[in-house]
Amino acid sequence: MLEVSLRHRFQGFALDVDFIAPAGVTALFGRSGSGKTSVVNAVAGLLRPDAGRVALPSGVLFDSGSGVDVPVHRRQMGYVFQEARLFPHLTVRGNLTYAARVRGRRVDVAEVAALLGLEGLLSRRTGGLSGGERQRVAIGRALLSEPRALLMDEPLAALDEARKAEILPYLERLRDAAVPILYVSHSLAEVARLATTVVVLEGGRVVRAGPAGAVLSDPAAAQMLGLREAGAVIAARIAAHEGDGLSRLDTVAGPLWLPRVAGAVGEAVRVRIAAQDVMLSRARPEGLSALNILPGTVSAVRMGEGPGALVQVALGDTFLLARITRRSAEALGIAPGVAVHAIVKSVAVAQGDIGAG
Amino acid sequence: MTPEAWQAVRLSLLVAFWATVLSLPLGIWVAHLLARGRFRGRGLLNGLVHLPLILPPVVTGYLLLLVFGRKGPVGAWLEGWFGFVLAFRWTGAVLAAAVMAFPLMVRAIRLAIEAVDPKLEQAAATLGASKVQVFATVTLPLILPGVIAGAVLAFAKAMGEFGATITFVANIPGETQTLPSAIYAFLQVPGGDGAALRLVAVSVAVAMGALAVSEWLARRVQARVAGREDA
Repeated sequence: MLEVSLRHRFQGFALDVDFIAPAGVTALFGRSGSGKTSVVNAVAGLLRPDAGRVALPSGVLFDSGSGVDVPVHRRQMGYVFQEARLFPHLTVRGNLTYAARVRGRRVDVAEVAALLGLEGLLSRRTGGLSGGERQRVAIGRALLSEPRALLMDEPLAALDEARKAEILPYLERLRDAAVPILYVSHSLAEVARLATTVVVLEGGRVVRAGPAGAVLSDPAAAQMLGLREAGAVIAARIAAHEGDGLSRLDTVAGPLWLPRVAGAVGEAVRVRIAAQDVMLSRARPEGLSALNILPGTVSAVRMGEGPGALVQVALGDTFLLARITRRSAEALGIAPGVAVHAIVKSVAVAQGDIGAG
Repeated sequence: MTPEAWQAVRLSLLVAFWATVLSLPLGIWVAHLLARGRFRGRGLLNGLVHLPLILPPVVTGYLLLLVFGRKGPVGAWLEGWFGFVLAFRWTGAVLAAAVMAFPLMVRAIRLAIEAVDPKLEQAAATLGASKVQVFATVTLPLILPGVIAGAVLAFAKAMGEFGATITFVANIPGETQTLPSAIYAFLQVPGGDGAALRLVAVSVAVAMGALAVSEWLARRVQARVAGREDA
């Protein structure tokens, strides 16, 4: 658990944030200029805030009240920068063991190298590595520094889609580790796949914070997150890979058929369903091509200023978000408590929207 | 070449060697201060370091004599406490050469430090390296070719130093008569042209060699900072 409370004045910009990052991935989400990187830098000790407190259960890192300010090199924050920042004069192995060497310890890189698929690169110099390889080395280097928390500042932002897809599974594996991870991103797709907690920043302030499922399916938050990308994340378990190329996933609301999902039967996954890909119907529709018809109850409605409306549908204890027109919402009498069926086209869910559970 | 000429070449090499080796740690420190430091008086320090490059060498030599001469404040103190004399000794030639070569050395090292991305040093700090460790394990290895280039330039400059040296320690064969002083001395006597020309050839060879080595090293610093396989 990482406790962060910061106040700092920049030229023409003020940072004023308070949040707690529990175990798992806490995504700091916001547009560029919202103060995300400043928050992470202050946690790492690279920025000294005017006031505030940064604390882990194992100790206080910064407290303006009592004058505590642990220097950067004693904080043990594993920082993965956007641009990898590998040491060019060292090999991949030299980069991975750097933290152990400056502390006068020995370290075995085998486990982390295997986790990140770096076994074949250990003796290479860093200049010839691809962007994805560089970022994996940077993650490994941070992991091997015995971090008390991991700070990741848009580690995928400089990569193309293929490289992102290459690294995301590795990041998902880190989520289960005991150390809290602070993950800065302006990509909702990344946040949806990785985050267990979401903190939304706007103009240097926290405008929304909470468990990922609740924040991402909150119609009020969708406005801040970006309407086009808005969408809820639901937990599922792979039930079967069927003969026609579809996979059946079990969710609290019933089965969900999606194009072949990577993973073994029984594996837990999280599926991001974009709000604009969800249709609503009062009656159970007949003769419809869409395979996924999930019964639920409207739990929140937010009418937009334009023609759109966002509807949160409760499916058991998880939520879906649907983006429909205000006209339809009025015609169907959509209001909290109304029973509806949420319709999701199988092919609307892309491979990249499905991550490990 | 005459034994006197060889003696001058040998003395020049000795003086240039010690001038370079002794001023290198200070040169790295000052270059680091100028490249990364943010403090009052940075401009003053920069000006002071570059002063010998701009002043007439004879002025620098005279100032050295005023300060480090046997009656100068530092010179008298050194002699009184340590019995150490600089004026009109080869050790004084080392000091004069070091002062004159210092701006070149600092400049080369400073450029190398400025080519190192401070973000790498930040990354090293987050991985647990103290300021000293950051310098020793990241900054210094990356600037090493630049440090060597600066040292080579300083060595070549020290080999050729004339004005400040002759003013501070005169032109005593076997004690302070360096290569340029010897050339000057040969040119003062009738029929000395031949001996002077041979020493001129030695000078040119040393200067060209030093320049070539420093160019080659400067290219390596770029390869190293880029982390290429051939570096």
